[in-house]
Amino acid sequence: MSDITDLSFSELKKTLQKKSLSSTEITTAFLDRIESLNPELNTFITITRDEAILSAKNADTAINRGTATAYTGLPIAHKDLFCTDGVLTTCGSKILSNFVAPYDAHVVSRCKAAGLVSLGKLNMDEFAMGSSNENSYFGPVRNPWDKTRVPGGSSGGSAAAVAAKLTPLATATDTGGSIRQPAAFTGTSGLKPTYGRVSRFGMIAYASSLDQGGLIAHTAEDLAHGLGLIAGHDSRDSTSAQLPVPDYTEVLNDSLAGKVIGLPKQFFDDNLDTAMRDAMDAVLDVLRSLGVTTVEISLDHVAEAIPAYYVIAPAEASSNLSRFDGVRFGYRADKPTDVLDLYERSRSEGFGSEVKRRILIGTYALSEGYYDAYYKKAQQIRRLIRDEFNRALASCDLIFGPSTPSTAFGIGEKNSDPVSMYLEDIYTVATNMAGLPGGSFQAPLVSGLPTGYQLTGPAFGESIILNAAHQVQIATDWHRLNPEGL
Amino acid sequence: MYEAVIGLEVHVQLSTNSKIFSGSSTDFGAEPNSQASLIDLGMPGVLPVPNAKAFEMAVKFGLAIDAEIGQQSIFDRKNYFYPDLPKGYQISQFEKPIVGPGRVLIHLEDGIKKTINVTRAHLEEDAGKSVHDAFDGMTGVDLNRAGTPLLEIVSEPELRSAKEAVAYLKVIHSIIRYLDISDGNMAKGSMRSDCNVSIRPKGSETLGTRTEIKNVNSFRFVEKAINAEINRQIEILEDGGRVIQETRLYDPDKDETRSMRSKEEANDYRYFPDPDLLPVVLDDSFIETCRVNLPELPEARKARYISEYGITDYDAGVLVADRDVADYFAEVANTSGEGKLAANWVMGSILAELNQTGGSITDFFVTATQLSDLISRIKDNTLNSKTAKTVFEALLAGEGEVDAIIEVKGLVQVTDTVTIEAIVDEVISENPDQVANYRIAPKDKQGKMLGFFVGQVMKKSQGKANPQAVNQILSSKLSG
Repeated sequence: MSDITDLSFSELKKTLQKKSLSSTEITTAFLDRIESLNPELNTFITITRDEAILSAKNADTAINRGTATAYTGLPIAHKDLFCTDGVLTTCGSKILSNFVAPYDAHVVSRCKAAGLVSLGKLNMDEFAMGSSNENSYFGPVRNPWDKTRVPGGSSGGSAAAVAAKLTPLATATDTGGSIRQPAAFTGTSGLKPTYGRVSRFGMIAYASSLDQGGLIAHTAEDLAHGLGLIAGHDSRDSTSAQLPVPDYTEVLNDSLAGKVIGLPKQFFDDNLDTAMRDAMDAVLDVLRSLGVTTVEISLDHVAEAIPAYYVIAPAEASSNLSRFDGVRFGYRADKPTDVLDLYERSRSEGFGSEVKRRILIGTYALSEGYYDAYYKKAQQIRRLIRDEFNRALASCDLIFGPSTPSTAFGIGEKNSDPVSMYLEDIYTVATNMAGLPGGSFQAPLVSGLPTGYQLTGPAFGESIILNAAHQVQIATDWHRLNPEGL
Repeated sequence: MYEAVIGLEVHVQLSTNSKIFSGSSTDFGAEPNSQASLIDLGMPGVLPVPNAKAFEMAVKFGLAIDAEIGQQSIFDRKNYFYPDLPKGYQISQFEKPIVGPGRVLIHLEDGIKKTINVTRAHLEEDAGKSVHDAFDGMTGVDLNRAGTPLLEIVSEPELRSAKEAVAYLKVIHSIIRYLDISDGNMAKGSMRSDCNVSIRPKGSETLGTRTEIKNVNSFRFVEKAINAEINRQIEILEDGGRVIQETRLYDPDKDETRSMRSKEEANDYRYFPDPDLLPVVLDDSFIETCRVNLPELPEARKARYISEYGITDYDAGVLVADRDVADYFAEVANTSGEGKLAANWVMGSILAELNQTGGSITDFFVTATQLSDLISRIKDNTLNSKTAKTVFEALLAGEGEVDAIIEVKGLVQVTDTVTIEAIVDEVISENPDQVANYRIAPKDKQGKMLGFFVGQVMKKSQGKANPQAVNQILSSKLSG
């Protein structure tokens, strides 16, 4: 038998059910690995060993008494923007570096209720702003496949922790590609559900109309289990959908025969290098062998997604981040002379440079005289993109594309060029603008580094995405490849 | 000659049990921050959830002023930094308010009626309070009030004097009390007004530069603040100066307004739709249910009182202004069957007393039943106006019920003519000089002189003699 930490979430679930392993054994195995590898990978900001061991013991008791749920005792770790009662919740920022949340986010309480054992809190780009995890106050996360490279962002900690087998399942969030891009860079499976599928209550907001909680794991099957746990209506989030949650595992083995996949020509133009294109073709060949037909589609407005995103998201962020003022919680400047000084210094000293950049962009975009030209126009583009995706999805079941333009880049490589960093999300952002579900799954390695393909489905069509990805994973072993030298 | 152009923005705290976007209580006067939840504190990650009751109240107000109801209303964020604004933005409504254009009728002193158009009314959350005097060198923040629902009612600039502004404010106050959507308590800050004031030469159509007087919290201060501001602006123009667009504060101690911030210092609020809240769509049935449940409003009740109780337009206007007073009056009038007497007593004695003590009629010491008993005793001639006054004062002092007081104080009116004649005879014989003067006086002077004798008789009867009988017997005996 392989090491405990090599097992996927679904495999661990089976071992617990068979009682061949206890939750305490599983939890301890992961905690030990975290403690040995985290110093070099920097994926965890907070490791909650004592709490984890305690809940693992409780889980074992529940399992032995027969009061356990199907998931009791399985490990998970949370991106550090999900509030965790009594545990440090930093959002990767100095301004929340001392913030112990007084309540659990909806996602966290759902996981607790199901009996999952939380291992700790995962590193991320500050306030989820970034595509490399270099914007964390707690330092960059290193990609387990190549420690000189970034793991992607903003859920870099979540993706790297799964890839390095420090946790079998991690919560993450995706505002403009923040689950799918790091999943692609680390050889993991990541799912951004439909906007409104997972409650945002307790998720520290970046851009409220785009933020969506999701998961990163090794396989589509793991994601199907995880999504079932965290999805569903929450009366505390007005934008949470009042729709029933299907059993996402039920359709995983459905045949793909007859399914139609749309290939947007804009995703396969000259900007995509040949190695990436070959990797995508390899995935498409598998899909076709499973009975899928592909059609070329056109998403004419997809190129405008990035500029529109960089108006809407910063605009919302500029307002969302106003509450960090040093008055009630978080970092507070030393010896303020008056209230203005308190605001200015707490925020200047507490926020990192990318966060400041986006607050400035957003403030500008919402200012009197600029609102119509920027914010309103960006919203119009967003509507066009949404309509276009919905039209396309009327003629196909899923939209396929690469998750990223390239494999993981080097730490420090794009720091001085924010626009090239923003273009990292060129394939993923439109899905957020359209509010649709999207997943990134393992494609063949390119030069020894992971790549990912992206599936975008119709609203609340997470099952279709997971079904297709699971079928590919049955037919291939790209998701089984591991980083070496850990 | 100048003409004032005034528009009011009235903030009304809605009397929902819980806040507009959180489940916290809205009770007034609790320990600081004891009624502030994670949402009211603007904690990271929390989200607002709208309180349906606030929508119902806003819609009722809209229907009461005959306004268009926004079937789709949108919440926006108004962004600015202030310590008592926890999120750094206030959730308000900007482009699509819940209540669109409507109108109210105001009554001016000279009996003139005027329609004032209401531009809009929108829902928003109240801020907390900064406490400047509790900590040495520091400011405290109390967030109990943060998130209390407000309805901001914006009038067109159609008011032309401070008196008109007050009349408008009183109508708004009356409507919200009738609808029972706010306690309307201005002293507690449940109703606050921002007054936009400008002046222009009489007859001019163009508007002058306006100033805004913030947060005025009583009818009297609204009148005084607007007058002070009008006078200030006239002085500026008379001196050849220019009024600057700015926000001002009224200082009641000095009876003057002073500058708070100029237009240049004004915030750019960067309004945009709050992405945490979906557009609120009100369906027709919801609006219809609100309409069906509307109570009788002041204007309708006034018309009814005039026809049902035979009272004057003026009296009806005074009585219906406050719903509790109107209810009290109706109970007295119905039980006693004497509309006019009831009106006189409620207006003359009770409102006068309330004005003096500043109390409310709902906890007034004399109940409607007691006043009705008192009026019945006037009607059946047991009491005259003088003894009735004595009984009323005894009621106020808590000396018991009407009949018991009459008995204990021996106030039953003397109507039997033999007794009265005896007293009259006594008075005539005790005042021979006055009697002589009376008898030689011309007829038109006698009426006035009779008063002296009536007074003497009433005094001797300890106020109990029936005044009509006294008059009659006196005139006949004196002329004889």
